[in-house]
Amino acid sequence: MAKVLVVTSGKGGVGKTTSTAALGAALAHGGEKVVVIDFDVGLRNLDLVMGAERRVVFDLINVVQGDAKLNQALIRDKRMENLSLLPASQTRDKDALTEEGVARVLGELREKFDWIICDSPAGIERGATLAMRHADVAVVVTNPEVSSVRDSDRIIGLLDSKTEKAEKGERVEKHLLLTRYDPARAERGEMLKVDDVLEILSIPLIGIIPESEEVLRASNVGSPVTLNNPGSAPSKAYFDAVRRLKGETVEMTIPTDRKGLFGKLFGRRAA
Amino acid sequence: MNLMSFFQRRTSAPVARERLQILLAHERGVVGGKSDLVAVLREEILAVVRRHVSIERDGVQIKMNRGADMSTLEIEVEIPAPASAGA
Repeated sequence: MAKVLVVTSGKGGVGKTTSTAALGAALAHGGEKVVVIDFDVGLRNLDLVMGAERRVVFDLINVVQGDAKLNQALIRDKRMENLSLLPASQTRDKDALTEEGVARVLGELREKFDWIICDSPAGIERGATLAMRHADVAVVVTNPEVSSVRDSDRIIGLLDSKTEKAEKGERVEKHLLLTRYDPARAERGEMLKVDDVLEILSIPLIGIIPESEEVLRASNVGSPVTLNNPGSAPSKAYFDAVRRLKGETVEMTIPTDRKGLFGKLFGRRAA
Repeated sequence: MNLMSFFQRRTSAPVARERLQILLAHERGVVGGKSDLVAVLREEILAVVRRHVSIERDGVQIKMNRGADMSTLEIEVEIPAPASAGA
């Protein structure tokens, strides 16, 4: 039976879609059958980050509304055959997602895959609550930045109250994924430290993704960062996070991109 | 530009940390679990006091402070002067 994982955050732009793609590809790399679902109806982007934007014919809403079969809408990744994408609709009304429809689609997917990774829209409204509703595991993506931490706190509250598990008196397994972390700035006191964020949010840490040019480079070319450059610092961090998701104990380190003298002198920061 | 301030730039992360801790301690009390405890309390206190004294809607102020060891609930009911209280 598949595990349903929701990648969520209160604030937008913290790296949910990037992380969904990266974690999905890393899990698939380990041989698991993975599907990533874009719940961001109206503003779909997961297809773009996965490099499948030109292959979208049917989408999640078509399947929810019964206009297309699940198999027609699933896009199999060209690089990895055990990785699939269920895209979001860009044109349809976001209210077209119904709770029963989502439950039915997830039920069907549970029989076909080992992992179902739901990319949540930002915010605390219906789309976000639908994405987390059936989750077994949640990865809360947070930047070391005040507004992101505050909004994550709200989302953790929702995970504890608005999910199916919470309503049954069970707990959704929650993990913190800290993205865009710069250890040097944290050391200088210019950025919240990992421990600060952990103390404030008090959920277990699943990974620290260092700020890196690789992330933008990978999304530019439409490839999950873990496939595009598996040796890069953010990829290593995502691979470690996946091992922890699977229950392994892996020492928490912050990988860094090694730069030669030339790179240090002339390298530019990605935005 | 003051040269000293360049060298003694204050670090901002501790400030961020402190602001977040205060803010979230407050928000968790209000938002978390029971929806808006303070607002509910306020309405109920208002109703009870109004049975005996006529008061304005904003005559009831409630503050909740959550500390590590002790939390305080501060209730302030403003009762108008007898002359204007009338009823």
